[in-house]
Amino acid sequence: MSGIDREIICIVCPTGCRIRVRGANQQKLTVGGNECKRGEEYALKEITDPRRTLITTVRIDHGSLKRLPVRTNREIPKESIFPCMEVINRARVEAPVQIGQVIIPDILGTGADVVATRSMGVPPRA
Amino acid sequence: MDRVEIVVIGGGPAGMAAAVAAREAGLENVLLIERDRELGGILQQCIHNGFGLHRFKEDLTGPEFSERYIHRMGELNIPVKLDTTVLEITGNREVLYINAAEGVRTVAAGAIVLAMGCRERSRGAINIPGSRPAGVFTAGTAQRLINMEGYMVGKRVMMLGTGDIGLIMARRLTLEGAKVIAVLARKPYPGGLMRNVAQCLYDYDIPLLLRHTIVEIVGKDRVTGVLVAETDQNSRPIPGSEELYECDTVILSVGLIPENELSLSAGVKLDPHTGGPIVDETRQTSVPGIYACGNVVYVHDLVDFVVEESEIAARGAAGFVLGSEGGEAETVEGEGRGSDDRKDAPVHVLPGGGLKYVVPQRIRGINGEDPLDLFLRVKRVYGRSFIEVRYGGDVLKRVKRLRLNPGEMERLRLNKSEMERINEVDLIVEAVEVGG
Repeated sequence: MSGIDREIICIVCPTGCRIRVRGANQQKLTVGGNECKRGEEYALKEITDPRRTLITTVRIDHGSLKRLPVRTNREIPKESIFPCMEVINRARVEAPVQIGQVIIPDILGTGADVVATRSMGVPPRA
Repeated sequence: MDRVEIVVIGGGPAGMAAAVAAREAGLENVLLIERDRELGGILQQCIHNGFGLHRFKEDLTGPEFSERYIHRMGELNIPVKLDTTVLEITGNREVLYINAAEGVRTVAAGAIVLAMGCRERSRGAINIPGSRPAGVFTAGTAQRLINMEGYMVGKRVMMLGTGDIGLIMARRLTLEGAKVIAVLARKPYPGGLMRNVAQCLYDYDIPLLLRHTIVEIVGKDRVTGVLVAETDQNSRPIPGSEELYECDTVILSVGLIPENELSLSAGVKLDPHTGGPIVDETRQTSVPGIYACGNVVYVHDLVDFVVEESEIAARGAAGFVLGSEGGEAETVEGEGRGSDDRKDAPVHVLPGGGLKYVVPQRIRGINGEDPLDLFLRVKRVYGRSFIEVRYGGDVLKRVKRLRLNPGEMERLRLNKSEMERINEVDLIVEAVEVGG
């Protein structure tokens, strides 16, 4: 009798619906409490294959700042977040960098690239 | 003295969107002044996503959102003074600024757009007793140190306050290896959005302690702990409930205050409810020719709404400049109905029961009977309820809501026929709970 019965707070938009997902197993799930279709998709995915976009920074040398903001260009499995952080923490890039530039391709085989979320130039020497 | 058509003060999203919109409204001579070393404002440190869903129909990070406007500023070749601090604005629209290259200079403006944003409430603003050791940061300061400067702020962190920045920083600290012991909310509900509670706290098993607050910070050179107490129905600490938590860092996410010292120097009147200038529907302040937009007016939930407001302010400012060149500062094109008296004696929009504030606070009818959006924030959580706009003894408008939350701005659109009915009498906006 150990079916699935979970309440999930939807993170798709600011409304934050509380979505109830129930079912005997992952193939037979019913979803309720969501105000839109995207909520249903999110809730089902959250049960079967939870994923998140990972957003952090990498060390940058000779840039106008010490850290360059980066994101994965697609969602990665939730359990890959901390392993990916370890890889990103070892990375080091050199300025200048353009927004969208790939910093780490296909991180840990997730299919997601880690990309720069801003451009950063080399500051003029004072 | 140099003279330009519009001076925009502040190079964050509000200022950049205003400068771009002013140029697009036909003004050639726009100047933007920014005190930081680059454009982008606070979004440059808000590296998380969730920006731009309305404006660009994309889920962007803060820096990505900013860069779109930085790019547009460049395309339009809008002059920018970086590393430049505005010292004073006068009521006749002279802007006194200082920078290393030029020294102290004054520029005269046809119109001014205030876009200085807001700043954080700090420990002093909420009077936490105890010693004064290192290790107490506002969430925004910690965010800048970690995300831009590359300094980690601590290892064991207690977070006070559940604003969205605090929730996002709890996740950020955890990702960077710190242990967030708990996030404390003085009230029985979190201040930020539920989606942030879910994806920042629940995802990382960070405890959320509702009805708790810090009553003392302990430590000599560095924070060594905090005394946490439960709070009662009035959000006051309950004596005897104190518990000591060991930590080396305290982060405060306890609210934002519009930054209006410059506005005051120009004689701009502030609304005690918002902390920002009293504005009309074009975002003109109480001083003719001085406009305001973004978090300097009131603290917005979403940058998408900030840039929308900036475009309103820029169009207003452009109309003011173009109007005064023709010698008819008060005339606005396309205006033909008998609402002239409202321009001099605007209708007041007042927050009634349950509301913290309503913006704009004045309606002049400058755009004729165009639809007008009122933005309002409630004081507490409401269940099934309605928002009512009263006009004299009548109800001008009433809309239903399933839920009202102080963390979420409400938008109420007055349509053409409702705008036509507004004349002379003040509007009162109220939230009423229906129950059930």
